[in-house]
Amino acid sequence: MPTLGDVLDGKEICICAGSGGVGKTTTSAAIATGMAAQGLKVCVLTIDPAKRLADSLGLKELGNEARRVDPKLFEKQGVEMKGELWAMMLDAKATFDELVARQAPDEEARDRVLENRIYQQISSALAGSQEYMAMEKLFELHTEGGFDLLVLDTPPTRNALDFLDAPKRLTQFIEGRSLRMFMKPTGLAAKVAGRGASVALGIFKRIVGFDLLADLAEFFNAFSGMVDGFQARAKRVNKLLADPGTCFLVVCGPQGEPVDEAVYFHRKLIEAKLPFGGVIVNKVHYPSEELAGEPADLPATLTEKLGDEDLAQRVAANFSDYQALAERDARNIERLATELRTRGVIRVPYLDEDVHDLAGLAEINRYLFATGEERVAMAAGRA
Amino acid sequence: MRRYSYGGPLFLPAFEIARNCPIPELLDKRLVIVTGKGGVGKTTVAVALGMRAAAEGKRTIVCEVSAQENASRMFDHTEVGFHEVEMEENLWSISIDPDESMREYVLLQLKVRAMRDMLFRSRIFNYLAAATPGLKELVTIGKIWELAQLDRKVKKGRKYDLVIVDAPATGHGVGFLQTPRTFASIARVGPIHSQAQTLDRFITDHEHTGVAIVALPEEMPVNESAALETDLRDEVGVAVDRVYLNGLYPERFSKPEAERLAGLAEGEEGAVRAAARAALSEQGRARSQRAQLARLRRRVEAPVKSLPFLFEPDLGPEAARQLSRKLS
Repeated sequence: MPTLGDVLDGKEICICAGSGGVGKTTTSAAIATGMAAQGLKVCVLTIDPAKRLADSLGLKELGNEARRVDPKLFEKQGVEMKGELWAMMLDAKATFDELVARQAPDEEARDRVLENRIYQQISSALAGSQEYMAMEKLFELHTEGGFDLLVLDTPPTRNALDFLDAPKRLTQFIEGRSLRMFMKPTGLAAKVAGRGASVALGIFKRIVGFDLLADLAEFFNAFSGMVDGFQARAKRVNKLLADPGTCFLVVCGPQGEPVDEAVYFHRKLIEAKLPFGGVIVNKVHYPSEELAGEPADLPATLTEKLGDEDLAQRVAANFSDYQALAERDARNIERLATELRTRGVIRVPYLDEDVHDLAGLAEINRYLFATGEERVAMAAGRA
Repeated sequence: MRRYSYGGPLFLPAFEIARNCPIPELLDKRLVIVTGKGGVGKTTVAVALGMRAAAEGKRTIVCEVSAQENASRMFDHTEVGFHEVEMEENLWSISIDPDESMREYVLLQLKVRAMRDMLFRSRIFNYLAAATPGLKELVTIGKIWELAQLDRKVKKGRKYDLVIVDAPATGHGVGFLQTPRTFASIARVGPIHSQAQTLDRFITDHEHTGVAIVALPEEMPVNESAALETDLRDEVGVAVDRVYLNGLYPERFSKPEAERLAGLAEGEEGAVRAAARAALSEQGRARSQRAQLARLRRRVEAPVKSLPFLFEPDLGPEAARQLSRKLS
């Protein structure tokens, strides 16, 4: 069974994907730290500004560019840092602005776009633009950043798949070909397309108001010179995602719902011919047989050892609750492994302390990069 | 006139959000928005609130907005879809699909079904509808508004006493609730402008609209909930009525007991050791969760109510029902 280190060997990009609340940001940071510790120059791109984690990485004052995390911070945690860890917090709007500046033929065209009200809404609010910009930044860092490995913590969308087709959706949108045709009253295309379309346009105008339509038209006109550039870039981004040097890791929790989503997400990755690397399940209750061997008549034994029947009962009740959760987790993980046709499910235990600082990351790291047997042994020593 | 809820950004300074003010009766509102970070149990809490309101005799509907069908899972129903489905006595559920909402909205505007259908067959119309930023969110909120009307716009629409919304996860959450105001400013005139204003007034009408944040007793979710409350107040103009801290572990062991158990966790083997360690983990977690509960209470203005962690393998309708009894 390959370890995470084996999976990531020789990879240039690692994308952590999964639904919200499963510990993606923490996992991404821990993976980046682990690979940097092994000697690589790694950059982790995070979108969800988890404040204290960001603080502990020295991310506090970070803007939209990568910064190196102070290696001394790791020494304090007893982590030997052979390489470099860089980190950045993605600002979708700033990235979009940079991209426009890069693609615009001249300053006037750039300003026309940046000042357009529709653009301002889209760049910060339109569903998919955050995802697209994450891809964009990834591409930029990959071509220009000089990193050995980039780790991307995907945006906390409810639907973990949004970002897969975000570049396509957004370029189709910006392209605005059909709309631009109709906005030119003398355009040949409008005549060819016929009356139905102009009626539709008329009704739309009636519903949203002429104003908004005019703003949209202005937006597409302002963008018209950049469409080819955007399309070419989106194509290269898509190629990069499918490259064998890229690896998608699916992150989930052990409950039924996150597992269902992980299965669904894996299927979509395979359909899209994107390179799936493995699955990480966070906050797992390890089953007692791995930890304890055969449980004897527990309450009686505990009473004997503790000399306190009431406490013994509570300890036993707590243990049986824990075991019920462990059994649930084991069932769900078994199902996950079967559906994904993999034995390489990386199970990170539910740690006693909630993970939000470098010490926590170091702890997660030991589990992430261990072999399956080592993990069980570590969990047994802990739980 | 534009109404501001208490804590609204313009008229009242923030300190007037009195901590000691009587807890507003959440279930007496017409609309309750349940929001929070992903994976905190928003759906469970929304359904639990719905069950509680229904048990009190209120005709209640729980709305999901991003086609996840989490609520139908809670009710053991296979699919809810864009229909008002009766789940139990007094309790309905709907999954609000933006495309369906759009069709319904356009029909209400045009009145003629054939005209609507023609419109939806037109490529240019579909393109424009997709291209207009926020239009999908706007029609979704429009549908929520419609459900909350005593004089329903939809033919033979059922009258509800209470509409509960399981809102999208934070990040998108504030943006979602801001849509009407944003839209009212980008569409400066026309029918949609005034409708967007109506929706904004609906969301920010604190007398009739309540907001509950769901949080978890962990460092980051607590921080994010505090930030969410601020954003809701400053950017959307709504005050939060409750913060539900979900998944709080029971305090099963005292500190002296933990010390006694530490001996077993070191000295013993097998099941005794594993059980002692599980107890110590539990005790540690319960304690750190209480520290988070205290932090949350310090950091948010709204009253914080905790909900117990349920030792249930899967969170189905029974779990929601258990929680519904614990809600306050």
